[in-house]
Amino acid sequence: MIPAPFDYKRASSAAEAISLISEYGEDAKFLAGGHSLLPLMKLRLASPAVLIDIARITDLSYIKDAGDHIAIGALTRHHDVEYSSVLKEHVPLLAHAAGFVGDPQIRHRGTIGGSIAHADPASDLPATTLALGATYVVQGPNGTREIAASNFYKGFLESDLAADEMLTEIRIPKMNGAGWSFQKFNRRAQDWAIVGVAAWRRGSESGVALVNMDNTPVLATSVSAALASGGSIADASQKAATEAHPSGDNNATAEYRTHLAKVLVRRALETASA
Amino acid sequence: MPKIEIAWCFALEKGDLRLYFVREPRGGNVKIKITVNGTDTQGDVEPRTLLVNYVREHLGLTATNIGCDTSSCGACTVHLNGESVKSCTILAVQADGTSVTTVEGLATNGVMHPMQEAFMQNHGLQCGYCTPGMVMAAISLLNENANPTEQEVRIGLEGNLCRCTGYHNIVQSVLACAGKK
Repeated sequence: MIPAPFDYKRASSAAEAISLISEYGEDAKFLAGGHSLLPLMKLRLASPAVLIDIARITDLSYIKDAGDHIAIGALTRHHDVEYSSVLKEHVPLLAHAAGFVGDPQIRHRGTIGGSIAHADPASDLPATTLALGATYVVQGPNGTREIAASNFYKGFLESDLAADEMLTEIRIPKMNGAGWSFQKFNRRAQDWAIVGVAAWRRGSESGVALVNMDNTPVLATSVSAALASGGSIADASQKAATEAHPSGDNNATAEYRTHLAKVLVRRALETASA
Repeated sequence: MPKIEIAWCFALEKGDLRLYFVREPRGGNVKIKITVNGTDTQGDVEPRTLLVNYVREHLGLTATNIGCDTSSCGACTVHLNGESVKSCTILAVQADGTSVTTVEGLATNGVMHPMQEAFMQNHGLQCGYCTPGMVMAAISLLNENANPTEQEVRIGLEGNLCRCTGYHNIVQSVLACAGKK
């Protein structure tokens, strides 16, 4: 399958990319690794008139220790997140979860920024960064702004990003020794999660987010509230789907997804608390 | 601005006849240079040309197969700057300036790459359709983990499907190439 025709532009800096997207408007899309966008274009579910290739902006591929948080360039590939020694030390949940995205070939191309900007509720990294309390840095014609992950996801494949803004950096607070777990339930290794759970716990603090349980990734705040007030893991995990509105598809009914969320949150919290 | 032509068509949608206007860009071709199997190649391609089509149709290197065409099956796996990628989900223009290796580029002076030899010795193929992608994925796997366990080989090949379900001998082939058998 060949995508519909489009014009191809290549940006060598974030400023040039934003200038190009401002010029071409909503008919244009950024192309990073292309592993979310190109499949949609091949299926003609997306047919942008212009692709702006940002993958060669090499200064947006980095993983830096920034004191209380780790700063990750938006064009950092899943493979580099998975194997980063800095992340394995300070944000092991993210490095681990990155290893579940697609398969090795996809992780050699796909980027963390592309995955987050695509805002697919079934993707692993939007929910994982949401659980970790990430902040996303976006750049537009008028400068940069920071968006909390909890305010970023607005609907199915919709985010707070304006048409002329580009995600440039993901900031993740260091986990400081918190226990953690990533649970992904699917039928085939490379598939999207039918339901997934990213969770961390440190004393009374915790963060739990759900994959594929709504039209956005879901922060399971009722679970964290139950744990903070001294509830048991068994009781807290019963609240897993409180904030979620799952739908049914070929893989699972909404009821089954709700059941899976409770089971997977319990398993995740048991691992994170061990 | 891109040159845009307005096209239109009628389509039936949910029982209603609707008129659609389609804005169809007619952008020009892009000149690319890709080193393929050590040879410099030049192309003048439509931006929507996939890397696998460039390799197969522009260069005539047809060992790389198109299987699912949706980045699931791995039949189209090649190396881009030494790493396994799915060439059905990369535009040729994205590979401009890179070095690509297909299974045709593995043998040197008629001597097969050790992974090819291992697949032959261990009967790591049945119909053979997945094999070029399997071999390329397996070499990339060993480049990143020279001493994998059987489980690591199975997980490392999660992006490649064999619809003959001949996974056992494929895994044995990779382990043999790693000197573990």
